[in-house]
Amino acid sequence: MTIQFNNETFRDDYSFSNSDWAIKRFPFPFHEDSYMYSVNMEQHRGGPAGSVYEKRFDVDEHYVAEMRDRALVLADDPLRCQSLPHMTLAGWDLLELIMVSKSEDYPDLFELHRDGNRWRWVNKPMGIDDTFTFLDETTLPYGPMEYITRQAQGDFCVLDQRDDMLWMDAGMVTTQADWSLDFDIGMNFFEWHAPVPLAHEMGIFQRALKFLLNIQQGSPARRLNWTMTVNPLLDTSPENYHKWGIQKTSLTPENLGAKQHLRVELQTFFRLPRSNALVFPIRCYLCSFQDLMTMPKWGRRLHRVVRDLPEELATYKGFIDNRPMMLDYLSQYDDGLSTSRGIWPDLETEPPLQR
Amino acid sequence: MSAAPQKTKSGAEQIEVTVSAVVPVNDLVTRFEFSRVDGQPFPTFSGGAHTVVIMNDDGRRRMNPYSLMSDPADTSTYAISVRRDDAGRGGSLFMHTQVKVGDVMTLSYPVNLFSLDLRARKNLFFAGGIGITPFLSMIAQLERMNGNWELHYSVRSADLGTYADDLKTKYPNNVHVYYDDQSQSIPLTDLLDGQPLGTNAYVCGPKGMIAWVHASAKEAGWPDAQVHSEEFTAPQPGKPFEVRLCKSDMTIKVGENESLLEALEREGVDAPFLCRGGACGQCETTVVSHDGEFIHRDHWLDDDQHASGTKIMPCVSRFVGASLLLDR
Repeated sequence: MTIQFNNETFRDDYSFSNSDWAIKRFPFPFHEDSYMYSVNMEQHRGGPAGSVYEKRFDVDEHYVAEMRDRALVLADDPLRCQSLPHMTLAGWDLLELIMVSKSEDYPDLFELHRDGNRWRWVNKPMGIDDTFTFLDETTLPYGPMEYITRQAQGDFCVLDQRDDMLWMDAGMVTTQADWSLDFDIGMNFFEWHAPVPLAHEMGIFQRALKFLLNIQQGSPARRLNWTMTVNPLLDTSPENYHKWGIQKTSLTPENLGAKQHLRVELQTFFRLPRSNALVFPIRCYLCSFQDLMTMPKWGRRLHRVVRDLPEELATYKGFIDNRPMMLDYLSQYDDGLSTSRGIWPDLETEPPLQR
Repeated sequence: MSAAPQKTKSGAEQIEVTVSAVVPVNDLVTRFEFSRVDGQPFPTFSGGAHTVVIMNDDGRRRMNPYSLMSDPADTSTYAISVRRDDAGRGGSLFMHTQVKVGDVMTLSYPVNLFSLDLRARKNLFFAGGIGITPFLSMIAQLERMNGNWELHYSVRSADLGTYADDLKTKYPNNVHVYYDDQSQSIPLTDLLDGQPLGTNAYVCGPKGMIAWVHASAKEAGWPDAQVHSEEFTAPQPGKPFEVRLCKSDMTIKVGENESLLEALEREGVDAPFLCRGGACGQCETTVVSHDGEFIHRDHWLDDDQHASGTKIMPCVSRFVGASLLLDR
């Protein structure tokens, strides 16, 4: 299909919106009526047609607007994109992975023509047509990682692997759930996860690290993570907390359905061939509560998950103060019926709201 | 998340290949070159990576890891060099005596357990015998990046100096070869002394050589994280033993000439693996109970774990005793 790209914003007037198509394919993250951490990894080898899992790098109706927002963030704060000197080769690996994947998965939108190391890259939605020499930084307007991630939705952490450990040594991070690349740069896996509650005691990170160290070329993996965001903001960074944190107090029972968004991260993991680094794309999807409620199963389930979430997690995810108001809203959409297993909306088989 | 559950199968992705060349290098070592059956380019890889070669030895499946020695940037071919081990379990002998140009074989995708530290200001390589192979791909990679490297290569004799002459000719300023039969040895203490800050050392060769480099570097004050080694252990034959598998609810027998991992695979138990040489950790298995002695041969578990009797690496380690119960 040809994608109609939205003309929308993720700041100021917040004109962001999801089409019916985007709501239906939203990666709802709860496969049952409750939530607890798990190393919920699976292979990233496609998925149902039209779903966000189908392609290696999903492109949707928000693509052009998200790239415009990224450029604005970088203009204000260039340190959102950093690459330590030894990570340039990994940047080229990433550029190749994204260009090859997108040109194969979306041939109507992207083209890659390779003649030895002479490459021509065509990005039709963004109006880019560049010819450059692969592995020669002087032939691109930015470093290879920055160049390609200015054209790819989601944040990208490029992790060096040394001494049976992963190191946050490069990244493009402008759509993050309240963490800072500038703060985390150079940290190891346990250091940058230090603020996460409960999971350390559960041994989650030891297991996750072992899994990630063993991700092999040709066998990418994925998982989902989630949090809550008031207003459709991509850039919920600590650097800008003074701008967006205050907006959490703007919720009212009347505006909550439109303003409160479930924020889901599709996290994928690819081993990079030349550098043996690991790239960790974190793709952010936003959906307002009122749009989620159009799927009766999601309405019932979201209420139960938010209601029963341990206090530490609601605090860490930043919505403990708003939880009572969110529950007042969500309870209207929970009629107590049981829900089918799995994350899919099952619109055809799940009964409509019984009230 | 179970979005689109797919069963994870054990081992890395695989590539069907045709043997494109079999080149005897000396009395013990033969080089095998491969091209892809489907005509696609090979995945590029990082210097130091290995592939697991899957051999069909008259119906018996053998899987041995070998370092990729070809230039990582050359996606038209993969090459490995195999040293014949007359006392081994037969994988290298199969390669030497059975594999012919035109044969179709299966290789795993590249896996790297011995990668370059790309921060290194200088790379100091120590190779012994067939341990030269991972350095060949590392050197090719570093040459393209204008990397700083130096090789110290210990061989038995000029006749058995695998690729020693090629390397000396191509890189006369970087390569130093030491011949055992001329009583030459690597001047390790001197070499470890006075290297520029940010130098990383890498060693691949016999067990004793690896231990020697680690110990000498430690003595000379090198940080552990700057000394890298790779050693694949071939599974050794041993007394047959019986294993009870809890999850699979079956009892299996491990024969004299097969590994525990191979016995699991023979019985259709899907056991995870990658390197099959005791190095990667992927096949780590929990011991539920045991009455007997373990013969641990892996480099993955530490000494305490070996002593605890709670874990075993089935790719290389064995057991002697009355009973062994595994969580598999």
